[in-house]
Amino acid sequence: MRNFVVVGILIILVSILLYLGLDAAELMPVAASAQATPIDWMWNVQVAAMSILFAIIAVPMFYSLVVFRRRKGDTSDGMHFEGNTNLEIAWSTIPLFIVVVFAYLGAQNLSDALRRDPSATVVKVTGIQWSWRFEYPSDPETGVVVISDELHLPVGKQVLLRMTSSDVIHSFWVPEFRVKQDLVPGRFTELTITPTKEGDYKVSCAELCGTSHAFMVKPVVVSTQEEFDVWFKEQVRISAELAATPEGKGQLLVSQNGCAACHSINGAVGIGPTWLGLFGSDVELTDGTTVTADETFITESIRDPQVKIVARFETQKMVQYTFTDEEIAAIVAYIKTLK
Amino acid sequence: MNNNPLRKAFLFLFVAGAVGYGLGLGTDFLVTSILNFSGSVASAFALLFGFTAFFFGLYGYRGITRGLVWQVAGTLIGAFLITGIRAALGATPIFGAFFFSEPAWVFGALAGVLSFTFGVGIMDDWVKWARGFDTPEYHEDEPGWEKYFSVSLDHKVIGIQYTVTALFLITVGGTFALIFRAELAASQLQFLTTTFRLFNQTGPQLYNSLMSLHGMLMIISILLGVSGIINYAVPFLVGAHDMAFPRMNAFAYWVAVPASVLLLMSLVLGGFDTGWTGYPPLSSRAPVGMQMFFLGVFTAGWSSILGALNVIATVLRMRAKGMTAMRLPIFVWAGIATSIIALTATQLIGLSFQLVMFQRLFGMGFFDATKGGNPVLFQHLFWFYSHPAVYVFVLPGLGIISELLPVFVRKPLFGYRWIAMSSLGIALVGFVVWAHHMFTSGMNEYLRVPFMYSTMLVAVPTGVKFFSWVATLWGGKIETPTPMLFALGAIFVFLLGGITGPPNAMVAVDLHLHDTYWVVGHFHDTIFGGFVFPFFAAIYFWFPKATGRRMNEFWGKVHFWLMTPSFLMLTFGMMFIGLRGMRRRIADYDPALGFDNAHLILTICGFAIALSVLIFFINFFYSIKNGEKAEGNVWNSRSPEWLVPSPMHPHNYPVPFEVVGEPYDYGLPGSKYVEFANGKTPKHETKRVGTHS
Repeated sequence: MRNFVVVGILIILVSILLYLGLDAAELMPVAASAQATPIDWMWNVQVAAMSILFAIIAVPMFYSLVVFRRRKGDTSDGMHFEGNTNLEIAWSTIPLFIVVVFAYLGAQNLSDALRRDPSATVVKVTGIQWSWRFEYPSDPETGVVVISDELHLPVGKQVLLRMTSSDVIHSFWVPEFRVKQDLVPGRFTELTITPTKEGDYKVSCAELCGTSHAFMVKPVVVSTQEEFDVWFKEQVRISAELAATPEGKGQLLVSQNGCAACHSINGAVGIGPTWLGLFGSDVELTDGTTVTADETFITESIRDPQVKIVARFETQKMVQYTFTDEEIAAIVAYIKTLK
Repeated sequence: MNNNPLRKAFLFLFVAGAVGYGLGLGTDFLVTSILNFSGSVASAFALLFGFTAFFFGLYGYRGITRGLVWQVAGTLIGAFLITGIRAALGATPIFGAFFFSEPAWVFGALAGVLSFTFGVGIMDDWVKWARGFDTPEYHEDEPGWEKYFSVSLDHKVIGIQYTVTALFLITVGGTFALIFRAELAASQLQFLTTTFRLFNQTGPQLYNSLMSLHGMLMIISILLGVSGIINYAVPFLVGAHDMAFPRMNAFAYWVAVPASVLLLMSLVLGGFDTGWTGYPPLSSRAPVGMQMFFLGVFTAGWSSILGALNVIATVLRMRAKGMTAMRLPIFVWAGIATSIIALTATQLIGLSFQLVMFQRLFGMGFFDATKGGNPVLFQHLFWFYSHPAVYVFVLPGLGIISELLPVFVRKPLFGYRWIAMSSLGIALVGFVVWAHHMFTSGMNEYLRVPFMYSTMLVAVPTGVKFFSWVATLWGGKIETPTPMLFALGAIFVFLLGGITGPPNAMVAVDLHLHDTYWVVGHFHDTIFGGFVFPFFAAIYFWFPKATGRRMNEFWGKVHFWLMTPSFLMLTFGMMFIGLRGMRRRIADYDPALGFDNAHLILTICGFAIALSVLIFFINFFYSIKNGEKAEGNVWNSRSPEWLVPSPMHPHNYPVPFEVVGEPYDYGLPGSKYVEFANGKTPKHETKRVGTHS
């Protein structure tokens, strides 16, 4: 009857308006990877589906609330119909068919998003509480391995991230690239990304990893191949230069192992004590005693962090690192320079 | 409620709380020589003393008061016992960061839970039976409010105990949310900063603890609320005089109280930073509060399992004459489906938490890669329960919607059989979708595809419900008093939750959506639509049955119209910022993202929701003694509980009834659902349900 026709038209209208509105709202961030293409396509299909599903239920519901509300003075009951088996079969089998089709499309879609380029550059990624460590392929000329807390990528080339964690589960995510993958201690997981838009992005950890999870964010720079090469060469030069001195080696180790997530070098109090002016200063411990922060103390603090804890920092346990004696000495040498 | 005990209770709460705080501060000073004003010891003492004194002032040394006192004693004795054993074995350190070592805390907490059950009195009859003595089958309850604070075997009292405890946990969990929402209202840390200290945690650590507890307290409150409605309604809906096992019923309720105490203790024992999901390796290195969390959830799980067992036994064996399967009230089908899940799946979360506890206590490396373990295994075990758990959360509420619509639309529930079967269908399919929470976890890449298929399948029985509800509304004579408003709101909100599910099911899209506020918006929609709104609907609906009075209709509508738009704006806002890059579980966010305005709006919405719930509480407590009298068939329902006077008789139906017709034959003149054995069946009239506004 007439009600059905009106509802039918309204459903179509609401679906279309809702879809257009959601589409215009630009809900997704800028798409900056090849992987974003199939993902955004499927997202669009989902937005259409959500619009239609919403309309199919909400329209008849609100229509009924208006048209079939009890009028003043009317004391009769509603229409007595208990069911309709054909309708039940229809609205069970048609959705069943539709969801299976969707799942099939989803599987295709996943395969599109995970397509691998065999010539992809491999960058090793390690998640550390609370920083990122990116290890680039060694420089063909000098053999120097660049390890940075920034991810630089040349546009248009696929990168294969081979990832693990040194402590707890983390997750690699750049919203503009869409794809996400957890970093699991003890195993390697992989993520392939083909950046398609130059720009400055950020990688954020997307799996709760402790106190500073919110701040485990580092830059991702997508540039032309030439700009990338310039950057890379500069990193090689800096690495080589720093590796020549103990303090420099220390500085490299510090930047590669996320120490800055807890220890500032500018005096700011963070999760851990600041290193600015630390060497040689007097430090109060939680047991009330005061010690001098000399080589022995700092070395012990890195090797066995729980033995002596600085006062007011007892809530956070420093992680056990596996540095060699030489590495620790280099870090201490670097800390010495921070006056 | 008589004002005197309540006033005394609050007086005792503050005085004992202050005394406890002082004692705790002093004890801490004796041990550490530091006056730790914001520390855990002072707060733990204050909380324990305060709460116990509250109940003591209210009620004296019995029931819950005795339970709590015994819990504290049991915890201390157990902890000292382990401390002594470890000292004798030469283990070091003998003590820990929060006085006791972790093994002592865990054993103490467990001993405390068991002591509570003995202290509150639920074990009394069983102990007597074990010793060869008999006890009366029924225990007469004290008249008045006092029966709610002791062991009662009456399912209606237990149902109300569950419901009120659930409302209490919602308040605590909600308050935690208001605290961290206040912090999130603007980017950059405002008050939960690195230098802030409370309970031995810095601001960001406290953020993680509050956020994690918000999740778990709300989840436990849902489980208790679900048990509350089911326990309250199912026996009288099927015509039984009580549940099959009243003492086990009481036990299942009372065990949830010490479980809640443990969860709250986790906050003051260093907190925990893992979210409610407790993934190792993070959870294997968290402070001892993590263990309180694990043990608290493990204990609450007993409540779920035993309660479910009772429901199934009751429905299978204690139905009224003539109540065949297809003449059960639809809510009972929902209760059965829920109980099947709770009975069989809950063990898995207990197991997964237990394995992490053993990893921490005994060094067993189940999830430790350096010992040959696998962190992803935890996720499989955990989500094998936690996905079906969400159907435990929503199936009863969806059953409430189906139960209430016919009453307020005056026509049959459309497709009763299909709706009944859809509850079972959702329960069944719900068991094979768990890994859709793990699409980015590092599990086998291809394994994601079958889980995508199975996840999409859940949409089919869920769709059956939605279509049936719409068909029930169609052609009706619709009235919208408060219970109906919440039922309709539930449908709308659950619809939003339901349609935002498929994008998550599509694996590639989920790679973007996972661990963002999109998911947070999605599950708040499904939870509010499937539980919170129907929970309120059920309370407003059955309040007259329990008390013989109505809740105020005007304020009920204010509750609804304040909560609903605020909530919708909250979840739309969450989904919007989630898509654009707002991650979950972060104490702070980058100002460059431009989310400041959105977050401010979300915080305001959160406070508006809290205000609406406050209005509800005032209405609820005020109406118990002062509400408009409503001793008859207030809603003009065909269901048997409304055909006997309110409040309900302790054993429900002094005169039994027989089922002679369909439950939802509204609109069929002369049709009857039940007939009472004395021939005096109240006439079901067709008339307007008064809405009084």
